[in-house]
Amino acid sequence: MKAVLFGATKGMGRALARLMAARGDRLCLLGRSAEDLERSARDLEIRGAQGPVATAFCDLLQPESFAPALEKAERELEGFDAVVVTAGVMAPQEEMENDPQLAARLLAADFTNTVLFCEESRRRLLEKTGGTLCVFSSVAGERGRKPVILYGAAKAGLSQYLEGLDHKFRSRGLRTVCVKPGFVKTGMTAGLKPPPFAGEPEAVARRVLRAIDRGRPVVYAPAAWRGVMFVIRNLPRLVMRRIEF
Amino acid sequence: MVDGLVFKSEDLASATESASLTRGLGRSYGDSSLPAGAETPVADATAADRLLDFDPDSGVLRAEAGASLFDLNRIFLHRGWFVPVSPGTQFVTLGGMAASDVHGKNHHVDGCFGEHVRGLKIRVADGRIVECSDSSELELFRATIGGMGLTGHILEVEFTMRRIASPWIWGESERIKNLDLMVSGLKEAARDWPMTVGWVDCLARGDHLGRGILMKGRWARPEEAPTKPPSRKGRIRVPFEFPAVALCKPSMKAFNLAYYWKHFQHVRRGILHPDAFFYPLDALDDWNLIYGRRGFTQYQCVLPHADDNGPARRFLELFVSAGGMGFLCVIKDCGAEGKGVLSFPRSGMSIAMDFPIHPSKTQIIVDRLNELVIAEGGRIYLTKDTFTRAEHFRAMEPRLEKFTAVRRKWDPELRIRSAQSVRLLGDRA
Ligand SMILES: Cc1cc2nc3c(=O)[nH]c(=O)nc-3n(C[C@H](O)[C@H](O)[C@H](O)COP(=O)(O)OP(=O)(O)OC[C@H]3O[C@@H](n4cnc5c(N)ncnc54)[C@H](O)[C@@H]3O)c2cc1C
Repeated sequence: MKAVLFGATKGMGRALARLMAARGDRLCLLGRSAEDLERSARDLEIRGAQGPVATAFCDLLQPESFAPALEKAERELEGFDAVVVTAGVMAPQEEMENDPQLAARLLAADFTNTVLFCEESRRRLLEKTGGTLCVFSSVAGERGRKPVILYGAAKAGLSQYLEGLDHKFRSRGLRTVCVKPGFVKTGMTAGLKPPPFAGEPEAVARRVLRAIDRGRPVVYAPAAWRGVMFVIRNLPRLVMRRIEF
Repeated sequence: MVDGLVFKSEDLASATESASLTRGLGRSYGDSSLPAGAETPVADATAADRLLDFDPDSGVLRAEAGASLFDLNRIFLHRGWFVPVSPGTQFVTLGGMAASDVHGKNHHVDGCFGEHVRGLKIRVADGRIVECSDSSELELFRATIGGMGLTGHILEVEFTMRRIASPWIWGESERIKNLDLMVSGLKEAARDWPMTVGWVDCLARGDHLGRGILMKGRWARPEEAPTKPPSRKGRIRVPFEFPAVALCKPSMKAFNLAYYWKHFQHVRRGILHPDAFFYPLDALDDWNLIYGRRGFTQYQCVLPHADDNGPARRFLELFVSAGGMGFLCVIKDCGAEGKGVLSFPRSGMSIAMDFPIHPSKTQIIVDRLNELVIAEGGRIYLTKDTFTRAEHFRAMEPRLEKFTAVRRKWDPELRIRSAQSVRLLGDRA
């Protein structure tokens, strides 16, 4: 597989990239810091990625960086057949309620710009014979909830967009995979108390890679979150107003 | 477990900016990786686990300090490479291996891990990031190897991997009747085998004192080894916590005897899975559950050789008579002292044992063992220690002065500290 990974220097993306490297995939990493990208590229090469791992500058807050980044990836890999997006912004709900700029940044990054990046990727994948677009949304997008109102809203929009893509373009060869991670123990969630069903990045990544290989449109990871979210989606409003979850 | 502030990030350089200590996978039995106090933040290195450079010609590997030995084994074993020195568990980080200057079954020929470390990148107390090695900032380098994290936060480790003939082990294990035979067996085996270790039945007394199993191994030659690489076999788990009654003597004895008589053949030899040879305890995932909720501690010391086997004999006799129940006792003849200022091993017999923590007895047992270690001119292994008193530690460590001098030079306010350094070196909490 020839894959472009946006946001794979850390957390879930890192775990997924390592699995792909270990099986000998060709990879190109997109991200903001050249030094960080280079360090991850060397790591993936040592772990077995085929050929040199390419890198390109790409910033989720600068949509004008998307096209040049994907262009460079296309050149370096001589075409690609998968794009994986794990990049995203996270901020505490409380802070955003008092800081509209922070809220604007998160909404732009996690919804508008992520969608724009997907649009750019979709066009390029469809120009060839198609391929896989795997994007990390979140279980936070499944229900409006007190601790993740803004983040959840952005992810809800993103999930909806990915579903639409899947309906329209699957027949033309674009396989959309919407990943809905629950709580995963990564640097991003360090310091938070892991809830029941918290996942280890590697196990979660294995599940996601299987979904990519099979082109499954939606994957919950860890799997238990599918059931958890089914319950949460069906809780009456009266309950949702009372609980802090 | 002590609660405290923990910073964990893929970016160890930033996580260590305001931390007072860095820890790895927490496999040290003692309190060296625990915070000095509830307000002193600790950086968790385990998310900083990238491999940065590997030269397949020389075997030199550079990696972030949180990279685990488990990961390295998974990546390198089947390609014909292994770490130069491995401790008895693979759930350790490179930073932890350097900070404890770990030793393995090959200590008598290859020394400690630190002997194979070419350089370290360290964040020192004033915030600077320093590259140190034998040719630059030598003092800092040597104090950091075996320095239990007290000289700075290790960000990167560069060391030389070892080429291996195959990923399998050719091993031989032999049933040994008593301590004299165990010690002479270890010394003899050291001449022909690159890896040796003895397991001793801690509860045997009198004529049987020191009986156990002597294990020897080397990497199998390609023509001896199975053609397929060793599998990642499923780990046996201790499924539930043994009730505390299982800790009473008879059952411990049964465990020891069972282990001993399993080897009813005098000698066994053959091909071994590397995990079974290096990491038998990892196979029991939560094996500390065997001791029940009260937890357990480990004690490890090295006693200089004597013409007779007096030191080891006196030590084991004292342990048994002091009521230190334990089933695990590992004995190993160490080679020469390494380059780390405070590194544990020195030429002599190293003895390590596990025993369950008892609210009143454990301190007394450790005190008595330490008095004997001081009298014999030995020392203890800091990474395993939780109970040693400061005055005992000072009495067995003439090297402490030198270590403290280097530490103070780089960290005059002693900002970097741990629960262990509060206990043993008198640092502020
Ligand atoms: C079953 C078992 C078998 C073992 N067998 C052996 C053996 O055969 N030989 C042997 O030598 N040891 C052995 N050990 C001990 C173990 O190898 C050491 O305690 C090792 O240091 C643990 O590494 P860690 O990553 O878990 O470090 P931790 O336990 O997290 O930390 C240990 C020390 O290293 C310091 N440290 C860790 N990372 C850094 C860093 N990045 N920068 C600065 N300081 C750091 C900590 O501050 C602390 O002082 C064994 C342990 C177990 C549980």
